[in-house]
Amino acid sequence: MQKEYILSGFGGQGLMLAGVLLSEAGILDGKNVSWIPSYGPEMRGGTANCAVVVSEEPIGSPIVDNPDVVIAMNLPSMDKFEPLIKKGGLMVFNSSLIKSTPKRDDLTYVAVPANEIAESLGSEKVANMVMLGAMLKADGWVSTSSLGKVIEKKMTGSKAKFIPMNIAAIKKGEEIAG
Amino acid sequence: MSERKLFKGNEAVAEAAVRAGCRYFFGYPITPQNEIPEYMSRRLPEVGGCFLQAESEVAAINMVYGAASAGARVMTSSSSPGISLKQEGISYIAGSLLSPLIVNMVRGGPGLGDIQPAQSDYFQATKGGGHGDYRLIVFAPASIQEMVDLIYISFETGEKYRMPVMILADGVLGQMMESVEFPAMKEPKDPKSSAYGVTGAQGRPARVVKAFDLDPELMYNLNEKLADTWKKAEESEVRVEEYLMDDAEFALVAYGTSSRICRSVVDKARSEGVKLGLIRPITVWPFPKKAIGKAAGKVRGFLTVEMSLGQMVEDVRLAVDGKKPVYLHAVPGGLIPKRDEVLAQVKSIIQGKGV
Amino acid sequence: MQDVYRTSNSLTKNTMHYCPGCAHGIIHKLVAESIDELGIREKTIGVAPVGCAVLAYNYFNIDCVVAAHGRAPAMATGIKRVHPDRIVFTYQGDGDLASIGAAEIVHAAMRGEKITVIFVNNAIYGMTGGQMAPTTLVGQKTTTSPYGRQVEHCGSPIRIAEMLSTIPGAYSVSRVTVTTPANLMKAKKTIKRAFQNQIDGKGLNIVEVLSTCPTNWGRTPYESMRWVDENMVPYYPLGDFKVPEEAK
Repeated sequence: MQKEYILSGFGGQGLMLAGVLLSEAGILDGKNVSWIPSYGPEMRGGTANCAVVVSEEPIGSPIVDNPDVVIAMNLPSMDKFEPLIKKGGLMVFNSSLIKSTPKRDDLTYVAVPANEIAESLGSEKVANMVMLGAMLKADGWVSTSSLGKVIEKKMTGSKAKFIPMNIAAIKKGEEIAG
Repeated sequence: MSERKLFKGNEAVAEAAVRAGCRYFFGYPITPQNEIPEYMSRRLPEVGGCFLQAESEVAAINMVYGAASAGARVMTSSSSPGISLKQEGISYIAGSLLSPLIVNMVRGGPGLGDIQPAQSDYFQATKGGGHGDYRLIVFAPASIQEMVDLIYISFETGEKYRMPVMILADGVLGQMMESVEFPAMKEPKDPKSSAYGVTGAQGRPARVVKAFDLDPELMYNLNEKLADTWKKAEESEVRVEEYLMDDAEFALVAYGTSSRICRSVVDKARSEGVKLGLIRPITVWPFPKKAIGKAAGKVRGFLTVEMSLGQMVEDVRLAVDGKKPVYLHAVPGGLIPKRDEVLAQVKSIIQGKGV
Repeated sequence: MQDVYRTSNSLTKNTMHYCPGCAHGIIHKLVAESIDELGIREKTIGVAPVGCAVLAYNYFNIDCVVAAHGRAPAMATGIKRVHPDRIVFTYQGDGDLASIGAAEIVHAAMRGEKITVIFVNNAIYGMTGGQMAPTTLVGQKTTTSPYGRQVEHCGSPIRIAEMLSTIPGAYSVSRVTVTTPANLMKAKKTIKRAFQNQIDGKGLNIVEVLSTCPTNWGRTPYESMRWVDENMVPYYPLGDFKVPEEAK
């Protein structure tokens, strides 16, 4: 089995990093992963995105044309990727910034007020972690416990003090999706 | 077993080269391979090596030429326009029977082109590239793990045949991240122990490293020697992967990034009952002529999938030798073939609806 | 028996192919004698250029490489970075160094590469048959400046020693010639010092040597030597452009 993800938003919203963390959590889960930043003409138009594939098999194309799951942090991301998601797929969107309503009836939508939650936790910077927590909970393919381990492993030295805030952000996201 | 780490392709290239005993890197910035020199500028001083940013690609390859002449394991990396500039030095290096590693993270061309992944430097990589009769051993990895493994063995392969070695990859393989396991750190050889390098004529006759002889008879001898080397490399160094070819009725041929998309095409086709297989050259020089020639005996046809206007397709046609039709799925410009479009073309060919 | 004269150990016994009156042979000898006297023959690596001196490896009894046209300083950089304990020198003509290899010499100097550069300037391309060089004098006729070099068409000759002396990384920069016994002695001293500086861990060291090309100048060997003194020296003054006190 294989799942294909696109994480998309404005540059600076931490989607590239969120994709890396998702990939590393996939490795901890014992799966094959690939991560690739937005490449080609899709780089234009107000979004920075990355594609992540997490698979039990060797991964074919790392390029994701029709994702199973999309995290959309802003409206251009929602507009761009909503039509491309596979039937029965998952769209996790940042309802703090996206006020439009879902256009498809064959997807599962999870609305996450990620900016508000992140601010309530102390920093808007963890909005990406709120989204990631919500996505992992709703999707279920990569474990949140592995994500937690990755964060603990990566955030060392002066960054270690931010671990609890990030873990809290993931938990909040899980609650919203659960 | 060592730990699986998430690594960016370009950085994995650099780390693999260090582990293979490469201690010298000379390069010049160009997208999309900048993480290679950046990584080397941090890493080589840690292991007692030398990283130097040259004033141009021309200077960089000639520094590589110098370091290789001096008996060292040395590498450079660049992307298409930069590799064009390096062709002068690569020709001299080949003529001097030296074996540095050259990495090309191919981008769209011609000219300045763009910075997106492409496979349009196939001719340049496999047919010589610069002036004169020469070849490089050219590896075309399809994953970061394979890129790491090939870089690890590339220096020894090159040194065995005294031929330059190229890793022909592209922006996707350079920019993406995958989990990799690195091979163990190899002890670098002392350049002074080189059997043919210039190290100072201490207690032995003076040596000359050159790609030059005014006497045409002697130049002829060098050319013959090179031809002999190629023959040996063609006999022993071909690498190719066949995916679901045993019962295949139709075959895709692709290398590198496009071969990964083709693997997905094969899986989708199989799920729909289409008996499709994939032949994936891992060395594009020497080219897996035999594997393709053999497949020509049993499949109905071939579709070559390339991120260019079609370059490898010429080698595929030579290997098929007119026995079966060879079609082309060409995606130039830095764009990437789409699984469903490739599959649609396969179905159209099989159903006789044209290409 | 007392030695009156002995050929240099750093030269082979091969007969040189240089034209009568060409100063390459003299300059080779000065380089070889310097290497002998400093006792570094077995640790010296030479980089031959493209040009008349492309065959220099036939005459120097030391390890040599042949660089691509103009790339000798880049190649020497690669060699020196691999073998910092070896003495590396390039031997380049004016087409090689001042034209196609201008970037390589400037950046090798910028980096302060610990190498020695022997730059032989005879104001013309010899090997290819007497074409105009960046160092060709104003009014000088060559096969590609048949009306004489004209400033408005292709500019004034480039003064390499003066230019390189402005680069902080250049350690020693001098210009010499070999047209008279006195000049020759001075040239020998300067070349030897340029190697000594490298032994002392200093770089880059360049010696520009004003040289002759009787064949392409259409002059006799004697006339050629005088032509250097009378025409080249006034435009390319001799001397040390940059030599630190400690190296003098």
